[in-house]
Amino acid sequence: MLQASPSPTSSLAARRPGARLAWIGQGFLLLLAAVVLYILITNFLKDPPLFIQVVLSGLQLGFVYALVALGYTMVYGIVRLINFAHGDVFMVGAFVSFYAVTRFQLHAWPAAVFPGLPAGWVVVIGSLTVVLLSMIVCMSMAVTIERVAYKPLRDAPRIAALITAIGVSFFLEFFGALYFVFSPRFIPYQRPFEVVTWYIKDGIHLVQVGQAPPPGSITFSNIFLIIVVASVLVRVVLQFLVRRTKIGKAMRATSFDKPTSRLMGINVDGVISVTFAVGAAFAGMGGVLYAIAYPSIWTQLGILPGLKAFVAAVLGGIGSIPGAFVGALIMGQAEALTMGYISTPMRDAVAFTILIVVLLVKPTGLFGEAAGEKA
Amino acid sequence: MRAFKLLSLLLVVAFVLSACAQPTPAPAPQAAAPTAADLKIAILAPLSGPVPTFGVMTRDGALLAIEEWNAKGGVLGRKIVPIVEDSQCTADPAVNAANKVIDQDKVKFIVGEVCSKASIPVSEIANAKKVLQISPTSTNPAVTVASDGKTKDYIFRACFIDPFQGKVGANFALQNLKTKTAFILLDQANDYVKGLAEEFEKAYVAGGGKVVGKETYTAKDTDFSAILAKVAAAKPDVVYLPDYYNIVNLVTKQAKEKGITAAFLGGDGWDSSDLDLKAAAGGYFTNHYAPDSTAPEAVAFQKAFAAKYKDDKGQGKVPDALAALAYDATNLLLTAIKNADSDDPDKVKAAMEAISFQGVSGKITFDAQHNPVKSATILKVTDTKVVFDSVVAP
Amino acid sequence: MELGFLILSIVKIVAILAYLYGLFWAMGHQNKIVKVAGIVIAFALIQLALTVKFGETQILNDFDRGLVFQACTMTMVALGLNLIYGFNGQFSLAQWGFYGIGAYTAADITYRWNVRDARGLLVAGIGVILGGLMILAVSRLVRRYKGMPVLSQFTLYLISCVLAGAIAVYIGNAINPALVPLFGTPDAPGILASPAVLQVVFLLAVLIAGAFAAEVSFLFGLPVLTLGSDYFGIATLGFAIVVQTLMVNTDTILPFPEMKGGRGMIGIPKLTTWFWAFLFLIIIIVVMRNLIYSSTGRAIMSVREDETAAKAMGIDVAFYKLFAFVVGSLFAGIGGGVYAHYIGFLSPGTFDFLVGFNPLIIVVFGGLGSMTGTIAASFGWIFFLEGLLRVLLSQLGTEAPTWRYVLYPIALLLLMLLRPQGLLGNVEWGFLKRPVAALQAKAAGR
Repeated sequence: MLQASPSPTSSLAARRPGARLAWIGQGFLLLLAAVVLYILITNFLKDPPLFIQVVLSGLQLGFVYALVALGYTMVYGIVRLINFAHGDVFMVGAFVSFYAVTRFQLHAWPAAVFPGLPAGWVVVIGSLTVVLLSMIVCMSMAVTIERVAYKPLRDAPRIAALITAIGVSFFLEFFGALYFVFSPRFIPYQRPFEVVTWYIKDGIHLVQVGQAPPPGSITFSNIFLIIVVASVLVRVVLQFLVRRTKIGKAMRATSFDKPTSRLMGINVDGVISVTFAVGAAFAGMGGVLYAIAYPSIWTQLGILPGLKAFVAAVLGGIGSIPGAFVGALIMGQAEALTMGYISTPMRDAVAFTILIVVLLVKPTGLFGEAAGEKA
Repeated sequence: MRAFKLLSLLLVVAFVLSACAQPTPAPAPQAAAPTAADLKIAILAPLSGPVPTFGVMTRDGALLAIEEWNAKGGVLGRKIVPIVEDSQCTADPAVNAANKVIDQDKVKFIVGEVCSKASIPVSEIANAKKVLQISPTSTNPAVTVASDGKTKDYIFRACFIDPFQGKVGANFALQNLKTKTAFILLDQANDYVKGLAEEFEKAYVAGGGKVVGKETYTAKDTDFSAILAKVAAAKPDVVYLPDYYNIVNLVTKQAKEKGITAAFLGGDGWDSSDLDLKAAAGGYFTNHYAPDSTAPEAVAFQKAFAAKYKDDKGQGKVPDALAALAYDATNLLLTAIKNADSDDPDKVKAAMEAISFQGVSGKITFDAQHNPVKSATILKVTDTKVVFDSVVAP
Repeated sequence: MELGFLILSIVKIVAILAYLYGLFWAMGHQNKIVKVAGIVIAFALIQLALTVKFGETQILNDFDRGLVFQACTMTMVALGLNLIYGFNGQFSLAQWGFYGIGAYTAADITYRWNVRDARGLLVAGIGVILGGLMILAVSRLVRRYKGMPVLSQFTLYLISCVLAGAIAVYIGNAINPALVPLFGTPDAPGILASPAVLQVVFLLAVLIAGAFAAEVSFLFGLPVLTLGSDYFGIATLGFAIVVQTLMVNTDTILPFPEMKGGRGMIGIPKLTTWFWAFLFLIIIIVVMRNLIYSSTGRAIMSVREDETAAKAMGIDVAFYKLFAFVVGSLFAGIGGGVYAHYIGFLSPGTFDFLVGFNPLIIVVFGGLGSMTGTIAASFGWIFFLEGLLRVLLSQLGTEAPTWRYVLYPIALLLLMLLRPQGLLGNVEWGFLKRPVAALQAKAAGR
């Protein structure tokens, strides 16, 4: 990264005739941007409600990515490790909630314990318990993984830890696919609460089953609202944790300079474990929400959201919490709009092109701090 | 130079040793291992990789058939020994698996692979080595037909090829459902889905219907709302979604939540105990047999399958289309061996071409391109179960 | 039985390693006769093992033959990655994408040739040559305007390459009708349809495939290599994913109906023989070794050690990064060309980005920056995973094959925990050793 930002001084620029040719590249980018804008604007004008609908689905996707991206960005910020297993922790979160709901009826416990409780409270408390359980399981799993697989490699070359992360990821996927674990099936997920959809057209109305909303209306569901609220909440909690608490201070110090923070009496290993735990907890929560929104689960469901979330984290500037958030929203929009208006297969191409262009223009990502690569 | 001599000696020794490694898999080490009198049948299934669940079902269906034959005393008076290989639904591992069973285990009969992209390279090897292969579920015409248009002598399949199911679906949508407009959803990367969708489009347009839209997704997608928003805007009478149940579950659920009322129509990929009935209710799909069929073969198969395989709650598993086809494919092969009264692939191949077999998926004969000629069943999905709707003859 | 087989499988892996050791020992010998004889013997040993039969049994049957070929192509791909990552320090995940590009390019050329269409060879050949010339010309221009932003350079290169491609298509379409009669008809094959010509076309196709992959990697690497190392890794992963997406859509987004998109390309002539695989392998190994121990190689390694220091020494860091990336991709493209003609079937599933971690795992397995390690690990890895585990597990029952990919990551984890520097670390064998002796001799002569 040192090499990525040459920042020539003005006197140097005078001796470099090529600097005057920057317009070629800028023109190329402008052309690209113009084409994209043209496609978006014409499609918006053609059918505004459809456009808004597509944007809404992009938002939903983006907020789910944000939950995963936060864990990625925290872990990377501290140990500089692309934790490929993070997406599989996310998957485990979904499966834990699945077993909690279908096998143990955990979401219905308030009704069993307090028979008089109103149905609404039962659903809320029950679902929160399920989410909490998934978060706790994911947390303990991530800490175990960190202690067993990553910690012994802290002084080894970075690639060893990366390969280990890939190995852990493979292991979770394929071990999970054994019959006595999760089974390799695509399992229909039983939601702890029902999804209700509303449509907006002359006010907000409930969509009745088997009845199409009138043309030109925009639909949204309760799970969309829950995902948005949960992500924003997580973001606020995280901001508080990192900026206002002692452990947050320790995290920032560790990510800045590990040996020095150790000298300052910070328990670096403990801080790293806490970081993994916090990231995994949010991934677990993301896994449950993801499974509720897209109710079909299997052992490899974490790969792509994990990858996209990491791209989002890089896009926003790795190590930066608001960056991960914004990056995830951009990724969600890019995907939804490409799916809606360009062509679904080119979705990943568009997402990665955006990433490359952003990194070329701003090598540390949108919100990244210009820190060199340490450790 | 002395070192060189020493080294070449070492090399020769090493190679002699590795040569010894080869013949050893054949001799019998233990009682259960195959003896010369046993008939070995290889089952190639994607037990890991992108679609492990299909592989497991295929393996279970095939093993059930073999077990039943063994209970009846085997074939030609010989015990049947299955050799299961993981071929991962990908070309390279499938080729390795095929080479391994042919060259190491000296197998002459292969049941598999599930995916066309693995079956095609396997079929080239099997055909060149005169090993009889029957694929239960590979729908791509190129599995049994070489690139020069000639039928591969030793390759058969037990399922419909793409054109047939697509056509049946289109005719059903036009005539029975009386629809006029259709929307097609497909996964470009999945040859099965693509084949069905293309044929459906052709037949639907030829039959006077109108395709109002076509959208692609990828198998790893989970969020279909951007696509479904377009479906909702196009207001088709029927949506053709010829994918596997996992995608169907997601799409139909999200469609219901969006208030899309058009009927969904699909292919045999929908057949699974994991199909989300509430989400897919109101949909139809083409299949090989009806689960509520009273045909003795189908009833017996379902009972035997449930008795042999239990799910994690201890209840009998419900076989899906893949298990049924693997069961049929294995039975077809073994019946042909019995009819030929020989395990010589040439004779079995002739017997296979002349076979008329009553299986779970109906009466099967083979056409000139080694594709089965059998009728398709149309099933309707209701809130609680999948019921028989109608039969379409080939 | 299982135990006996396990021992014999290990013997087989050891035999392969001994074979490689012998090969490199002979190649590194000072005596030219030993050198040539060693290579010929090494070639002949496997060739004989593949062909000679003792009654029913063959020393290397078709199962092993497949493994040997896969190991060869994997070695080419992994060596390229080792150059990029092990020697140059650029964490690339795009290698699998270049492998796929090479495979599809070479396959298209020979496939078209087989159906009496010379356009594949003409367009790809002319396009690659023109593209190369254009890149050279533009690079002169770029050098004159020092300090041109990377994005502007990229735009210029892109325009010139697209132009080269257009011209190649035009010329190819113009020349093709003149060549078509020379193919003759299926009943009376013309001069171009003879097997000997097909072999030459195959050779050209593999080389063109490599060159094409190299040019694509140049265009892609130019802007992307300016990113930081992990950012570069993610961008290259994106590249591998996009390449696979394009493969799925070769018949819809790209104009190649004969590749059949996700249905898989069939009808590619199976031309890869042990001779070709061995030839390309040896060429790549020799080129790689000579490159590493040249001054260019030292510059490449200096970039890995410390970019700032390298820059201070007057090394053009950006150039050497790009150079290593392009050469590494060239190897991958050649590997892809060889692979495409081995089973005669290509499908996008083979080039999935998850499988693309394999070369990286192999390079780390063998030891970063060790050519011997990469080569030995490629062979050992294939023979372990596809050879040993597959055969062993299938004997343990019908449920056991599902355990293959559970055992594999465990082995990976154990290796990383016990030996994070890779199996062979910095060890090099025979020919691949730093040619100190030769240098000393030269110094003495002076």
